Amino acid sequence: MYAVNYAKPASVADAVAALSAAEDGKFLAGGMTLIPTLKQRLAAPSDLVDLGAIGELQGIGTDGDALVIGAMTTHADVARSPLVASAIPALVTVAGGIGDPQVRNVGTLGGSIANNDPAADYPGALLGLGAEVRTNSRTIAADDFFLGMFETALEDGELIVSVRFPKPLAAAYAKFANPASRYSMAGVFVARTASGVRVAVTGAAAGGAHRMETMEKALQADFSPAALDPITVNPNGLNSDLHGSAAYRANLVKVMAKRAVAACG
Amino acid sequence: MSTTVSLTVNGKPCTVEVEPRTLLSALLRDKLGLTGTHVGCDTSQCGACVVHVDGKSRKSCTTLAVQVDGAEVTTIEGLAAADGTLHPMQEAFRENHGLQCGFCTPGMVMSAVDLLHTNPSPTEAEVREWLEGNICRCTGYHNIVKAILDCAANLRGAQQAAE
Amino acid sequence: MTADGIGVAVRRKEDRRFLTGAGRYTDDIDRYGQVYACFVRSPYAHATVDSINKESALGMPGVLAVFTGADVAADGLGLLPAGWMIHNKDGSPMKTPGHPLLVADRARYVGEAVAVVIAETYAQARDAADALEVDYTPLPATIATGTASKPGQPQVHDDVPNNTAFDWCIGDKAATEAAFANAAHITKLDIVNNRLIPNAMEPRAAVGEYDPGTEITTLYTTSQNPHVARLVLSAFVQLAPEHKLRIVAPDVGGGFGSKIYVYAEETVCAWAARKVKRPVRWTAERSESFVTDAHGRDHVTHAELAMDANGKFLGLRVKTFANLGAFASLFGTATPTYLYMTLLSGQYKIPAIYGEVDAVYTNTTPVDAYRGAGRPEATFVVERIVETAARELGLDPADLRRRNFIQPDEFPYQTPVLLQYDTGDYDKHLTKALDLGDYANFTIRKADSAARGKLRGVGFACYIEACGIAPSAAVGALGGGVGLWESGTIRFNPTGNVTVHTGSHSHGQGHETAFAQLIATHLGVPVDQVEVVHGDTMQTPFGMGTYGSRSLAVGGSALVKAADKIVAKGKKIAAHLLEASEADIEFTDGKFTVAGTDKAKSIQEVAFAAYVPHNYPAGVEPGLEESAFYDPLNFTFPAGTQICEVEVDPDTGEVEIVQFVAVDDFGKIINPMIVEGQVHGGIAQGVGQALMEHAVYDQDTGQLLSGSYMDYCMPRADDFPTLKVGLTETPCTHNPLGVKGCGEAGAIAAPAAVMNAVTNAVGTMVQMPATPLRVWEALQSAAPAAAAE
Repeated sequence: MYAVNYAKPASVADAVAALSAAEDGKFLAGGMTLIPTLKQRLAAPSDLVDLGAIGELQGIGTDGDALVIGAMTTHADVARSPLVASAIPALVTVAGGIGDPQVRNVGTLGGSIANNDPAADYPGALLGLGAEVRTNSRTIAADDFFLGMFETALEDGELIVSVRFPKPLAAAYAKFANPASRYSMAGVFVARTASGVRVAVTGAAAGGAHRMETMEKALQADFSPAALDPITVNPNGLNSDLHGSAAYRANLVKVMAKRAVAACG
Repeated sequence: MSTTVSLTVNGKPCTVEVEPRTLLSALLRDKLGLTGTHVGCDTSQCGACVVHVDGKSRKSCTTLAVQVDGAEVTTIEGLAAADGTLHPMQEAFRENHGLQCGFCTPGMVMSAVDLLHTNPSPTEAEVREWLEGNICRCTGYHNIVKAILDCAANLRGAQQAAE
Repeated sequence: MTADGIGVAVRRKEDRRFLTGAGRYTDDIDRYGQVYACFVRSPYAHATVDSINKESALGMPGVLAVFTGADVAADGLGLLPAGWMIHNKDGSPMKTPGHPLLVADRARYVGEAVAVVIAETYAQARDAADALEVDYTPLPATIATGTASKPGQPQVHDDVPNNTAFDWCIGDKAATEAAFANAAHITKLDIVNNRLIPNAMEPRAAVGEYDPGTEITTLYTTSQNPHVARLVLSAFVQLAPEHKLRIVAPDVGGGFGSKIYVYAEETVCAWAARKVKRPVRWTAERSESFVTDAHGRDHVTHAELAMDANGKFLGLRVKTFANLGAFASLFGTATPTYLYMTLLSGQYKIPAIYGEVDAVYTNTTPVDAYRGAGRPEATFVVERIVETAARELGLDPADLRRRNFIQPDEFPYQTPVLLQYDTGDYDKHLTKALDLGDYANFTIRKADSAARGKLRGVGFACYIEACGIAPSAAVGALGGGVGLWESGTIRFNPTGNVTVHTGSHSHGQGHETAFAQLIATHLGVPVDQVEVVHGDTMQTPFGMGTYGSRSLAVGGSALVKAADKIVAKGKKIAAHLLEASEADIEFTDGKFTVAGTDKAKSIQEVAFAAYVPHNYPAGVEPGLEESAFYDPLNFTFPAGTQICEVEVDPDTGEVEIVQFVAVDDFGKIINPMIVEGQVHGGIAQGVGQALMEHAVYDQDTGQLLSGSYMDYCMPRADDFPTLKVGLTETPCTHNPLGVKGCGEAGAIAAPAAVMNAVTNAVGTMVQMPATPLRVWEALQSAAPAAAAE
């Protein structure tokens, strides 16, 4: 790891100020991606602004019919939350399947979506549920938030405060994990909501999480696994590497989508 | 560029000078001489470095020492009782031959202890799933899983006996 | 029998320190004044190194020195050698250019060390290593095993035409051709034995130190065989004379073969310590381990099996291309030859066998022995083709094997490929495995799986291995550069406890316990009164180390010989103390007794008398310490049966091991708990090879694509069901313990068992590793054919 400065502010305002004062600073959430990246000298920020002491970024609450989860809430806390389990159990599946127990004890919702790793699980869940990302300055719809591999709508210095997840009628997440890294090779989040069916895929495409409109249409007409049978997932634009060809990932997307639909009950 | 962190390690308060880039694993091994915490990879996957921070298992190789300023840290050296009596999980690993070369063992044991904190009666499948972040090359995991299930059963038995 | 002697599942003596964080591994060693080495590595698979600008790093904070290949050469250090001479078919010797410690002029694989930076802290060394300016001119690279020897490939070494280190053969070609001419059925198979990366959990590490007073260079390092390392470093590398070089291998976190070899990095640390007059340390980052630890396997093989109309084997012929990597590593040439094709007879009577190996150099990390070393490759060939033959002939795989097994009354059995098996009962472990696995009801389980949409398959592997390496004369005749005996010393201390010094090395195998059990049985001293010392060339007798499942069969036998000497001397002393004739003294359970009386002296009393010889027999030396060297008379031949059942998810190609049975014949067992543990671990590595692990190189650039745990799939706890293991026993006939060795069996047999099961489930050929992708692709290509049926 290269040498770096470090600050641990106690409020959102101080964190934003600290970052803007830094030459080339980075927010440090759980660090489960950032620290390994720094260790391998693949990034060299001048400053790390640790968000671990900011109370207003923590916690799980409700907002009307929606769940609001603080950006610094760990995956383990989401996975074990009775509130989440009763409102949106599919989020328990998502959070409980990220990384390993030690990653889940430290890794956070905000860190995951700000990084927008194309194989991360949370981006698919946000897109699938039509969530909103609340930052220190505005609210961004999930559909507008994820802009491609490691890219989001966040401006420089903008900090995610929480995510608002509207409660769906039913939702489920099915994931096929890369056998080595256990990241998603194809994760499909399916939600039946009052405003229609939403299907989001993560892990398969180089561009990261995205909606699958053909599947949404088919499921809107007939919410059953069989409704997806006629659909062919186009392998163009899907990742191809030693773990899976684009054709294989296209197959996985369909298989996982059907399993998610089945799990919606 | 050095700074100081104060933390409690295995019940003992300590204040140590570190760089912001110093990892918790390096603080434990190089500054405190607690070499039971091992480093087996550079991608945060092998779990040989797992310790407890404020009671939860965490990868010390993926934690900056400055992040845990003020925290309580328990390492493998702090698990046995002061008189040397092994922790029930250590004893279960010994009894069930849950270790061979011993390198992954500290992280494996610390991870297993945390499992039983969160789930005192895990199934075999839950144990295997929990160990996703702990790689062992020697045992095929067979006796590790056996040891953890055995420890859980022993602790439940002890609790029932106490009630 | 003592309560903690041979045959008892004694809990391990070494565990307490490992469980409390008190183990002492190389990276835990802390030396006053130590500095850190960081290696600069070639980013290219093949490139000339045109210039190195040392100044670019020397001015950095904390930097003490930068060394290159020129510095090492100027100090007269030699190249890392190959330790086993192989001859070509025409009798000429193989071509083995030595491996430079630091690249001299041309880098030949990604990760090869080009320079080393020594600095006060590791971070400073790394910063300076990143800054060191090295000019390369990239060259085209040769990567693939199967095509490296084809004309026109880039030359890895200028003086090795067609990149072929040797073309070697074994067996009777004419007799084999004749057998095939008479065959009623011939089964053919093309298989790949995938390249693996050993991945002991402790990365390789070194601390080099020089004492100007004694002029002794000490190297603390992660070695399975410190004396062999000292010999190689002295005799070939000229690091220091043998008596001025000390190698210490403290607790070592797994080896699996990868810590047998002498590597550049450790050697450079020892040398650099003399140059900078400070202890120099280095611990591999895992990404360095991936590109510098010797890799394993990497064969491309065509095999054919000839049978008569009744399925009796008539002949076997095998052609293998074996990838040595860029250089021939220490045992790299023995592994794909004498450790491989000598096992092609398997457990079967095959009248004629002929095999050929072309060993090729490529621009990849050197390949050497990895758990099993040649024998997994042999088992994979034999057991895959036998199972394929059974399926082709419509025979039950167990039945075809039984028709061809060597029978218990046919031992000793001379195979057509050099080895003579001493003993075995192959039907016995097959039968026991069939029972343990409830094979009779497999079809019911298969139907149940089908009802859940899963494809179930079953696969067998009836393996044999040659362990307890090895009779030195045989080793020498076959080209080995060393003897493969082992040594041991038993030292009674005056107070009656015992220190055992062994030339073997334990890095997870539990020698401290198993060897103590051996002493408990042979000398009647409780296990907790025995300390086993290993791993330090200053403390232990010269030993050949631990690999090839040899420690107990060879090292243990040396201790038995030493124990016999202790008893013989003890009888003389006891006879004197008891005023009896030496011939009347009996020794059992730690007591010397005058036959037919209750007059006795304990071995502790005898030991005390030996060290305080006030009342002592004339002509007998004081002290009670004996050494022995044991050179085995033959290899040992552990054998067994594994049966694997898998379920394949046809939608995703995912393979789940749903049942795994292993029944092994390891001869006599010292500690059944430790033996079972060895089997479990071996199986996990074998399953890893079959389903997950693969060192994948970019075929153009030679970059290692699976260079971290993100892409190299390590087996994890949730990849396995509870394993079912059992034992049968035919004691080895030629060592005093009757033991055969158990360290590699699991890894030797499992790939064949798993792949036979996968093939059975999928219905078509899949190459290792049978990843979800490959299985799914195989199902896709098979689907049209199935639909047409």
